[in-house]
Amino acid sequence: MSSHHKTSKTQAELAELFRADITTGVGKSVKHESADKHVSGEAAYVDDRLEFPNQLHVYARMSDRAHARIISIDTAPCYAIPGVAIAITSKDVPGQLDIGPVVAGDPLLADGKVEYVGQVVIAVGADSLETARKAAMAAIIEYEDLEPVLDVVDALRKKHFVLDSHQHKIGDSAAELTSAPRRLQGSLHIGGQEHFYLETQISSVMPTEDGGMLVYTSTQNATEVQKLVAEVLGVPMHKIVIDMRRMGGGFGGKETQAAGPACLCAVIAHLTGRPTKMRLPRVEDMQITGKRHPFYVEYDVGFDDNGLLHGIEIELAGNCGYSPDLSGSIVDRAMFHADNAYFLGNATINGHRCKTNIASNTAYRGFGGPQGMVAIEEIMDAIARSLGKDPLEVRKLNYYGKTERNVTHYHQTVEHNVIHEMTAELEASSDYAKRRQDIRAFNAKSPVLKKGLALTPVKFGISFTASFLNQAGALIHIYTDGSIHLNHGGTEMGQGLNTKVAQIVAEVLQVDISRIQITATNTDKVPNTSPTAASSGTDLNGMAAKNAAETIKQRLVDFLVREYKVTPEDVEFRNSQVRVHDLFLSFEDVIQKAYFGQVSLSSTGFYRTPKIFYDRDKAAGRPFYYFAYGAACSEVIVDTLTGEYKMLRTDILHDVGASLNPALDIGQVEGAFVQGMGWLTMEELVWNGKGKLMTNGPASYKIPAIADMPLDLRVNLVENRKNPEDTVFHSKAVGEPPFMLGIAVWCAIKDAVASLADYRVQPNIDAPATPERVLWGVEQMKKLQQPAKATTVGAEPA
Amino acid sequence: MIQFLLNRELRTEHALDPNITALNYLREHLGKSGTKEGCASGDCGACTVVVGELDNERVRYRSLNSCLTFVASLHGKQLITVEDLKHQGQLHSVQQAMVDCHGSQCGFCTPGFVMSLFALQKNSSGFDKADTLEALAGNLCRCTGYRPIIDAAEQACCQKQPDQFDAFEPQTVAQLKAIAPQDTAELNSGDKRCLLPLTVADLADIYAANPEARLLAGGTDLALEVTQFHRELPVMIYVGHIEAMKRVEVTAESIEIGAATALSDCYAALAQDYPDFGELLHRFASLQIRNQGTLGGNIGNASPIGDAPPLLIALGAQIVLRKGNSSRTLPIEDYFLDYKVTARQEAEFIEKIIVPRQQANQAFRAYKVSKRLDDDISAVCAAFNLVVEDGVVHSARIAFGGMAAIPKRAAACEAALKGAVLNQSQIELACAALAEDFTPLSDFRASKEYRLLVAQNLLRKCFLELQAADVETRVSAYV
Repeated sequence: MSSHHKTSKTQAELAELFRADITTGVGKSVKHESADKHVSGEAAYVDDRLEFPNQLHVYARMSDRAHARIISIDTAPCYAIPGVAIAITSKDVPGQLDIGPVVAGDPLLADGKVEYVGQVVIAVGADSLETARKAAMAAIIEYEDLEPVLDVVDALRKKHFVLDSHQHKIGDSAAELTSAPRRLQGSLHIGGQEHFYLETQISSVMPTEDGGMLVYTSTQNATEVQKLVAEVLGVPMHKIVIDMRRMGGGFGGKETQAAGPACLCAVIAHLTGRPTKMRLPRVEDMQITGKRHPFYVEYDVGFDDNGLLHGIEIELAGNCGYSPDLSGSIVDRAMFHADNAYFLGNATINGHRCKTNIASNTAYRGFGGPQGMVAIEEIMDAIARSLGKDPLEVRKLNYYGKTERNVTHYHQTVEHNVIHEMTAELEASSDYAKRRQDIRAFNAKSPVLKKGLALTPVKFGISFTASFLNQAGALIHIYTDGSIHLNHGGTEMGQGLNTKVAQIVAEVLQVDISRIQITATNTDKVPNTSPTAASSGTDLNGMAAKNAAETIKQRLVDFLVREYKVTPEDVEFRNSQVRVHDLFLSFEDVIQKAYFGQVSLSSTGFYRTPKIFYDRDKAAGRPFYYFAYGAACSEVIVDTLTGEYKMLRTDILHDVGASLNPALDIGQVEGAFVQGMGWLTMEELVWNGKGKLMTNGPASYKIPAIADMPLDLRVNLVENRKNPEDTVFHSKAVGEPPFMLGIAVWCAIKDAVASLADYRVQPNIDAPATPERVLWGVEQMKKLQQPAKATTVGAEPA
Repeated sequence: MIQFLLNRELRTEHALDPNITALNYLREHLGKSGTKEGCASGDCGACTVVVGELDNERVRYRSLNSCLTFVASLHGKQLITVEDLKHQGQLHSVQQAMVDCHGSQCGFCTPGFVMSLFALQKNSSGFDKADTLEALAGNLCRCTGYRPIIDAAEQACCQKQPDQFDAFEPQTVAQLKAIAPQDTAELNSGDKRCLLPLTVADLADIYAANPEARLLAGGTDLALEVTQFHRELPVMIYVGHIEAMKRVEVTAESIEIGAATALSDCYAALAQDYPDFGELLHRFASLQIRNQGTLGGNIGNASPIGDAPPLLIALGAQIVLRKGNSSRTLPIEDYFLDYKVTARQEAEFIEKIIVPRQQANQAFRAYKVSKRLDDDISAVCAAFNLVVEDGVVHSARIAFGGMAAIPKRAAACEAALKGAVLNQSQIELACAALAEDFTPLSDFRASKEYRLLVAQNLLRKCFLELQAADVETRVSAYV
């Protein structure tokens, strides 16, 4: 922080400083605000905080049944273990039991029945975690087993749903399917995904004097935790304060799933008057909390000899698990993205929310969008194979037009479409055509290893589809020494939100970012926040902070105009200096003067997204403020004897509008791509016949490790293309869209396998394309080749 | 009582629960919260620390998973954590490299990466991408996609400067010498004990006196009983201080490997004769695990999916079992009787492993198939040891992991090949014979159908590699 002594600089010196630019404003690759603390181990996560005296550790006993009636729970044996303070069941919750985020269905503790293996039945507070665990396991729970539903297709056929089905419709798909020159039908299973945030769910709660609670928790959704803690305690929200400095990863997994531990801690703190902490061991975190929805997809598509879509019908069945959670909006978003970048023409998209006896699936980066996109990309591949065309040719043919063929199946017009230019640029920079030839030549002479190539687009809608969530608040104080306290309603989970928001404030006030103290998200500073989700963190909170900073800046301008008898045009902020006509003042000098001039140096800020509206009953409107685009070209090599593969090269071109911070944006793009790739390749969730998740730790559930990244990874941001909409400094959201760049890898693997049948048959390789699924795809191709050289065969149901 | 250095500070622990891991000791006993718990099973690397040990008047630094390290095993060593790297208010060069390259996002895995990078920098002279990938294969990051971390490794290794650990090395060496174990040490608390003998004879005596004890070598499997299964280990005997069991001796006939030799230290001798053994060891868990886990332990715990046993069986390795004063030698395949049941008698322990040297006309091929290339457990692990003379299979030793309740030889497959002319039709007969040898199970790693087909395909691959050396057969060759 620079000195605030008034006499330290001459007018000439101040003028020279004024002529320079700030180096930490928007558009600069400023390091993550916590980077130095991350690397030194000083960044404190909830579990690293100094513990409160007399604290209880909370442990949850999970159901070991997928579906059962609870006959009895005997917690008396828990108390036989020294150090146990309390063992609670659903009966002990003082307020409302249900913590469902949108609609009811998620009891904090199982109430009369259990609906999945891992559901929390009792919770114990004890003086150590080990004691709490032992005690919880000592309770005697009697069940009467009921028939579980464990298969999504079974649930779909039985119409066993957590919420009603929904339809998007444009034109007459049935008629077009009948009249189209060609028609294909198929089905596909798409796997779920464990978030695998490195920091498991955790909360630490301290009772406060008015019957309230101070809650430290790792959540993307501070206000919702506040509301739910208030509800389970039966107290008003104003009694509850949520403090959230940083998460060790979120990815959607802490949008609703953080509330359970926070509420259990709060109930036990309430009942005992003692502070509490609950940190889920990894294996339990993976069993208790929901994941990305697995989907089952059926499609029926009509097209012409070039591959141009005439009509399409897609059934998207999301496996929601046992309760609704956010599945309403998640399946909606899958439906909204069943077009990806393609003009579907006559389309009927049905979304189903299947109820099964597994953990309630929840938000995960992309929020259903990736599953919708995988479905249409599978269809593009299948069309291309049936026609013997390069899938990229079919993709480009079906892209939304710029001024025509540009209305989606939910009746939003696609404006400012840049996918054509981006595809052309990536095709050239990745040398697609030549590599396609080289790969065919390699495959022709390599009997075991086969290479595959795919270039796939991404078009992702930005805005919460529940339109009211598109609002945010911020709070800025400037203290008399010129230092700035910044707070906003978003949460930092690693994405660099705090850094970007600070850059925005630095830009508006024209000060160095080091002058700005970033503080924990806190519900008594900024209330009624939306979750940091839907990629909207910067769009919303950045705008709210900009609004707050501009409010204070305007007050300062007004003050200087009064004080120095100048016009507003005479006042200019730049590089921590302020020019008032021909006088130069340091920023802190101005702040001092404003304080003595009795100017308010604190302001809230607010933002709501313009233009958007959506009528769900009519399934029409403009749910998205704008679209973010990207494209990826991936090359893989596959071992046709084992199904193993390696990512050779990926070229990415991604659209973030005018980047607020290129280093952070590239970090999001690369990280999302690798996460998307993991989802579609090695990350496989496997449940046993009794509904128990068998891949419940990193020994059995494999996320990409360092050697899984492509050997050659080339990532570029689209340059010189500001967001045409009036977003914060014309940037675009970046959290989720690049996740779907990983689809290129999945398509490239299938391309390599398709080479075995001369690229004329789409291999049936569900996602994730584990080595086993790839090998079965290989076997499918080999069988086709055996009797005779295969000719055109339509894709068959998996 | 045990003694170790916490960076440069001497710690003496008289009464500490021997079941406590270094991770919990750091976080709960010392309040040092920089080291993180991501899984408590040695799979994510967030808890990575570096341990320094005396090595020829120098300190040798190695990365370990602190969640799998019992504090007792730190006796006589130096423990370095992420908090120790920053010096006089300045970030260490590996920390600065991570900052400069934007290598952290959420930051939770970062201390582990920093410590792996620190060990990498200490053990390297310049940047090598393959070494970097090996050093970091056991550290999971869910945010970055790893590219900036590789960049940070490059910066840290290329711009290596003497640091405080170099400056203090003479003092550290002196401190480590001063606390070097002189006699059997013991750490105990209540009823729980951990004994730390220095010689094979002492181990034999102590084990005979405490036959219920669990032998602690690397602890990479044993610690899971505490951290994952919540069991108590009342008596442990730590074998990591027995120098005679940590030696690798290569003679004209054999490679003799002490059972307590860390897997990383087995690499050079095995890879020299058998490159495929080397390739498998590169993919064997992670560097942190290989720095800690031992070859004897990988045999001793008799897992059906341990990666070394199929290779050792195929190579005709033997193990020396010791009990009291007597020893016996056993072909390694005779050690495995049934699922987790072995020929080991009470108070008997594996002293060393004897692997025959490579012979003329011998072809050894080994393959590991898993969902993820690095740090994953095999769906199928296969080893083929063929001696082929004039196109005829003179001898065939073939063994698999993941195909049965134990690592097991493929007798019918071997019989189909032995004495036969090595050609495609004979290989197909041998493939068919594998279906007689094995009735694999389906689990979350793979279906039984996949396991059998892959086992057969790996034999086909082996044949292809022997017949047509120019055909590319391994995706792992792309690095």
